[in-house]
Amino acid sequence: MAAASGTETKQDRRVTPLQSVLLRLWQNPNARLGGAIVCLMVALAILVPLLDAGYDPSRDRNLRARYAEPDCLIGWGLRTLEGEWSCDHPFGADKLGRDILRRVGHGMSTSLRVGVFVVIIATSVGSLIGLLAGFLGGWFESIAMRIVDILLAFPALLLAIALVSMRGAGLMNAMYAIAITQIPIFARLARSMAISLRSSEYVLAARSLGASEFRLLSAHVFPNSLAPLIVQATLLLGTAVVETAALGFLGLGQQPPAPELGKMLAESQQSLQSGKWWVMFFPGITIVTIVLGFNLLGDALRDALDPRLRGQ
Amino acid sequence: MSRYLFRRTLEAIPTLLGTSVLIFALIHFIPGDVTSAILGERATEEAAARIRALYGLDRPLTEQYFIWMGNLARGDFGETIRGGIPISLELSRRFPATAELALIALFLATLIGVPIGIISSIHRNSLLDAVSMFGALLGVSIPIFVLGLLLIFIFGVELEWLDFVGRIDNDISIPTITGFYLIDSLLQGNLRAFGNAAGHLILPALTLMTVPLATTARITRSTMLEVLGQDYIRTAHAKGLTRRAVIVGHGLRSAMLPIITIIGLQMGGLLSGAVLTETIFAWPGVGKWLFDSIVARDYPIVQNVTLLVAGIYILVNYLVDLLYAFADPRVRVAA
Repeated sequence: MAAASGTETKQDRRVTPLQSVLLRLWQNPNARLGGAIVCLMVALAILVPLLDAGYDPSRDRNLRARYAEPDCLIGWGLRTLEGEWSCDHPFGADKLGRDILRRVGHGMSTSLRVGVFVVIIATSVGSLIGLLAGFLGGWFESIAMRIVDILLAFPALLLAIALVSMRGAGLMNAMYAIAITQIPIFARLARSMAISLRSSEYVLAARSLGASEFRLLSAHVFPNSLAPLIVQATLLLGTAVVETAALGFLGLGQQPPAPELGKMLAESQQSLQSGKWWVMFFPGITIVTIVLGFNLLGDALRDALDPRLRGQ
Repeated sequence: MSRYLFRRTLEAIPTLLGTSVLIFALIHFIPGDVTSAILGERATEEAAARIRALYGLDRPLTEQYFIWMGNLARGDFGETIRGGIPISLELSRRFPATAELALIALFLATLIGVPIGIISSIHRNSLLDAVSMFGALLGVSIPIFVLGLLLIFIFGVELEWLDFVGRIDNDISIPTITGFYLIDSLLQGNLRAFGNAAGHLILPALTLMTVPLATTARITRSTMLEVLGQDYIRTAHAKGLTRRAVIVGHGLRSAMLPIITIIGLQMGGLLSGAVLTETIFAWPGVGKWLFDSIVARDYPIVQNVTLLVAGIYILVNYLVDLLYAFADPRVRVAA
């Protein structure tokens, strides 16, 4: 009740739509958790490459530290008692003695950059196609949407695998491939928004005042379809991170020795069978945290932007 | 209804044809000649030309496409390039492996996901709701390859409870009847084989089912919440029906359609998931086969199996649409 009355007093003071969305986000504990995770991850993704600029993945090996166990993070109390406290490898080391904390840090940074890049491409290309299709209709709509249907009929990962093998394995190609698999999702969403807005009264009003098609699209239809596109983009950021890691896991993404979370997981398979869990655990938990953060935030954004839930 | 059926069928055919064109185009744009995959990098030009003639790769692309379509129409899938095995034979071995895994995963996901969603929606904003919805969000967020490795480590390596390589131990043989090991072993009355096959199936099935389970639970909850807020639900309560009768008879009945749609849409995700799950658990199914063939450029496999996979997905969604129209008059009138 306290939260509800708080909303009412705020609304009495004429809050802008943006403020009301931010307020609704702040009132949602999931949004706070998701926001905190995303902020932390973004900060780390920016800081790690700056603070550890001298990192050279090809000279990272240290065979004396092969499969070193996580030291100060786990089993900390025990070792302090025995008097051999050290903090060389908080996350342990892999089969080449490379420090997993360092590799996870750089890998996470790569994953986030890739995710953002993928979603920017997919959102801009997909929304453009979808808005044009929905607004113009006619043959452009028929052809564009038929292609979208076909692309959506493919399992996304298989399509990405095929596209990558067309152009050769590598991080850039993996990025483009995943962006292409996400374009149809945005195109379909933007089209449905454009169709519903095309016949709305304020668009009709603007049209009768003599606004050009371009002006209708850019000043009226596009800004009003932004909210669902932003929600979708947030949710697909998580998907983009997972799919890039999946291609890396299958050996089609980032090539060694550069650190990438999916590739690290693939390499951890053999050490897993001899009980060396840390080689798998830390890259794994990092991906899960990133994706969970985006999903929490995306879900909460959708709830905050959904006008049907207003005033509840 | 028959008009809707006709229209919807007419729409599915161009999608399927477009899919075949897209697959064909993708494959023939993949650089790197098939010949080098067969003969190695140092093949002579004559040998390469012979191979191209053998597989009809020297003909114009449109002709190759129509030959492919003609063969498909006769049910001829062709042979693999490496090994020359008939694709239909290999498919008859591998398809049941993937189908068994995917069906079990989808079945369990529905069986567990729908009740979780219903209970969450009834006890909205309770602790139970919060915990199960956070669990569902975690389930959507954990990638298959992380979950698979985690399960292997816990139940396979540390506890040694379950197997995590292949479908069955090598020293056990099951005669193929349906190709589903669980069913075949039971038909034979071979309980040892059944237990062994089940022990191999549990971890990959758990891995593959997590995403559909979490999605189903989330969709069920939100659909039920929408339905339970309707006026007729209040009426049903007011006329003195039991809580159970209202929730199952009135609520779940109208929420069922969107839930079925979502379960149908999971198929595409399951097939993507199968590629990763089969890679992690060395499961001899279609997903792993397709991935290996794409990488090895064994184009007859890629071309036919991808079309089959996309075709199954289109078919399932077509059936879901029909079911929808059958149950909801508004859909077929609007169309």
